[in-house]
Amino acid sequence: MSSKTVQKLDRVVIRFAGDSGDGMQLTGDRFTSETAALGNDLSTLPNFPAEIRAPQGTLPGVSSFQLHFADHDVLTPGDAPDVLVAMNPAALKANLRDLPRGATIIANTDEFSKRNLGKVGYTTNPLEDGSLDSWHLHPVALTSITVEALAEFDSLSRKDKERAKNMFALGLLSWMYHRPTSGTENFLTKKFGAKPDILAANLAALKAGVNYGETTEDFAVSYEIAPAPMAAGTYRNITGNVALAYGLVTASHRAKVPLLLGSYPITPASDILHTLSGLKRYGVTTLQAEDEIAGIGAALGASFGGAIGVTTTSGPGVALKSETIGLAVSLELPLVIVDVQRGGPSTGLPTKTEQSDLLQAMFGRNGESPVPIIAPQSPADCFDAALEAVRIATAYRTPVFILSDGYLANGSEPWSLPKVAELPDLTVEFASEPNATDEKGEPVFHPFLRDPATLARPWAVPGTAGLEHRIGGIEKADVTGNISYDPDNHDLMTRLRAGKIERIADTIGDLEVDDPSGEASVLVLGWGSTYGPIAAAVRSVRNTGAKVARAHLRHLNPFPANTGEVLRRYDRVLVPEMNMGQLAMLLRAKYLVDVHSFTQVRGLPFTTVELADAIVGLGTDGDPTADTAHETVTSHGGPA
Amino acid sequence: MSTELGMPSLGVPHGTAGVPRLGEDATPQTKKEFTSDQEVRWCPGCGDYAILASVQGFLPELGLKRENIVFVSGIGCSSRFPYYLDTYGMHSIHGRAPAIATGLATSRADLSVWVVTGDGDALSIGGNHLIHALRRNVNMTILLFNNQIYGLTKGQYSPTSEVGKVTKSTPMGSVDHPFNPVSLALGAEATFVARTMDSDRKHLTGILKAAAAHRGTSLVEIYQNCPIFNDGAFDLIKDRSQQEARIVHLTDGERVQVGPEDDRQVLVRAAGGAMEFVPASEVGEREVVVHDATAGDPTQAFALSRLDSPQMTHVPMGIFRNVVRPTYDDLVRAQVDAAVDTGGGPATDEDLDALIHGRDTWTVA
Repeated sequence: MSSKTVQKLDRVVIRFAGDSGDGMQLTGDRFTSETAALGNDLSTLPNFPAEIRAPQGTLPGVSSFQLHFADHDVLTPGDAPDVLVAMNPAALKANLRDLPRGATIIANTDEFSKRNLGKVGYTTNPLEDGSLDSWHLHPVALTSITVEALAEFDSLSRKDKERAKNMFALGLLSWMYHRPTSGTENFLTKKFGAKPDILAANLAALKAGVNYGETTEDFAVSYEIAPAPMAAGTYRNITGNVALAYGLVTASHRAKVPLLLGSYPITPASDILHTLSGLKRYGVTTLQAEDEIAGIGAALGASFGGAIGVTTTSGPGVALKSETIGLAVSLELPLVIVDVQRGGPSTGLPTKTEQSDLLQAMFGRNGESPVPIIAPQSPADCFDAALEAVRIATAYRTPVFILSDGYLANGSEPWSLPKVAELPDLTVEFASEPNATDEKGEPVFHPFLRDPATLARPWAVPGTAGLEHRIGGIEKADVTGNISYDPDNHDLMTRLRAGKIERIADTIGDLEVDDPSGEASVLVLGWGSTYGPIAAAVRSVRNTGAKVARAHLRHLNPFPANTGEVLRRYDRVLVPEMNMGQLAMLLRAKYLVDVHSFTQVRGLPFTTVELADAIVGLGTDGDPTADTAHETVTSHGGPA
Repeated sequence: MSTELGMPSLGVPHGTAGVPRLGEDATPQTKKEFTSDQEVRWCPGCGDYAILASVQGFLPELGLKRENIVFVSGIGCSSRFPYYLDTYGMHSIHGRAPAIATGLATSRADLSVWVVTGDGDALSIGGNHLIHALRRNVNMTILLFNNQIYGLTKGQYSPTSEVGKVTKSTPMGSVDHPFNPVSLALGAEATFVARTMDSDRKHLTGILKAAAAHRGTSLVEIYQNCPIFNDGAFDLIKDRSQQEARIVHLTDGERVQVGPEDDRQVLVRAAGGAMEFVPASEVGEREVVVHDATAGDPTQAFALSRLDSPQMTHVPMGIFRNVVRPTYDDLVRAQVDAAVDTGGGPATDEDLDALIHGRDTWTVA
């Protein structure tokens, strides 16, 4: 390695792209793990098709994994790759438009056959026809070099050997960026321990990739990215779905109440079911139901029995669960509904991200049925969001929505691990004795006698003697819970249920604004997974000397108590969302503030550049002429 | 890939095993204790009254602590049932009671869980949940009140109404082929399937007792008269002068027969596996069908369920099937318990710390 130049970089964005059978997600995961171990800050963006194996070599079959790592704090997976690893012509074609000129392309020449080129409409080979002259192209015969490196493995078929090419690519990239490969070697040993031939071949392919980088003249430079200064602590890398599952099980532990998940598999939420089903040791019960409705039904049944009932799904599943969510609102029982949002409507874009279920969560039920909504802002934050959802659900006896999304679910970032014993105490108090007396002075239980502070009703579970009671979806009389069709009672109960949800604002803290100069006239307000892109865009705008404030909503219902005051403090408010302006609609309706909605629904997170442009477009220097841009802006020039 | 569950044999526990019981010296419960203070609001003459009285009268027999009994219902006339029982209860949403009860029964081994539903609730909007509860064999008893009509929505045909039925939504007669609830339940591999009738309190109580004793999902179809929208639907088998000739009482270990002693018809096997009733005097060498509710193979039970016809020429009543199969909720709890035991008991803060750490951490000083 000493004969080659080593260059220092502060940040790099790498995208691995190949056929969905090429193992790109695994390669990306391993590179991420190596990078985390080195102490860089990072953020990842997996992007894969809904089809498990789309036809080989075609554009719909392209799967990619992007990783942004740096010697400073990383807020997004990066707008554009500095390096593209393209395992076939489809991967090149699908990703080239994201690649800035001057970026590096490592292409697997073996797959650039006439047939494969034809599959994606290349009439000539782009690796040879000069069309890639403005990029740094490294043509590498990844497949055949891998097969050659594994020549001694007589027991393996050529196909098996070819399969190890992703490890060769990982080895090469690991050399380029000085990543240690020991973690991957351990990983492979665990994964293929029972298949010694396959294990040895993968290890050999990995090593061959490292050696190739070191010896071939084509790769003259390798790169170093120093560790990022991070707060002291123990870290791991984590995806949003796993963090959410861990948050739920930890919340159940802190509440001292068992967790029951009722769920039906759906992309991109299934990994939460998978993770929780492996956590029986922590008292978790998972029930894979016959459909979405049964999933939430089982969860609600468990809540009635004194468990923390949870259901996990995506937008189409929420549509099916709506009636049961309404029942939970009426019964006033705790329930957590996790919606990992994806592109809609209908089946939409199952593997792509969107924030378009906010209004569904807010209003998607019959009758006046308010439900609290919490949105995590980053993959690791899904852990904290789960704790907060369980706190609200159990304290206020209400269903609670967690609005995650595909970007958070599959994306990952380093997580500073909390100490479980130091997390909030979520101990639940069940009703244990009668809470009133009847006209004869006998003790009785009134299931809808509310706590005066929170308006929560008692949670009295079957098995508690003397508290036998019946609840149902028919309107109940205040206090007694008996069936009541009385007009005034229904008006009262409707207002009590709404008031209870409003009172949650007493315990969620104010909306905090990041406005270092205190002189900004523009506020950028986001929610959910746009946190990273917004923060990165605000940082880049501030780097030009402009002043801009930023705030992020974690609670979408109820909003923090000071939200209206914050909105009015600024001349202009920009609300970027991956939908058609759903939060903007809520803010306008509630606070009568004319916020500027900035939207895109491309199934991908915002880029820093497009958000920065939108902020600058509003006139960060306080230029009053910018105030004329009142109409809704869309990021790609489409109709508002 | 599949794995041996490695579960200890659970034997054949009683359906209410694990549910706290009254002490030996406790005063026996009364029907009154199971009667809530709510005014019953079914139509005068509704069959639901008789079923309610039978259930309220039967529950003390179980000897369970009242607070450990839960009734869950869906939507429909029958689903108002829980309001009238002084136990825990939930009146939920249309068709979903089996799903809700599945979650409750799975999370609480110490509860006796009952579902009350109707032909529309269980077989139309909730059909999916019903068959999946049956195949899973969750420990609960489902009382399916079948009046062959939609009552609460005021008289539309139901999934058990006969072809040709004239109702508000079928003025020219229904063209929908009906479900036979017993056949459906057997097809879904239910472990306990029985049929009884609202007006026969003794028979109904006997079936309730057997259903409660069965560990697993017990499906009890109860023929129930709706005096407003489908009055007299079961008159042919309620009429004392006719019922003896029509009702086939299924008794385990005995031959299947119908009719008074002087006109007894006996069920025999016909060619091709079919069954037919022949006069007792003509049985001769033919193979007589002997009822075996505990047979592992549900074929014969299914054939018995097919003796039904809209004309009610022969209506089997009693327990069609009663077999032992591990229940879903017992198995789920056993897996969780085994995992907790293997892990060294209930998880501590440190166990949770270890979980969230995983295997791949790094430390920044």
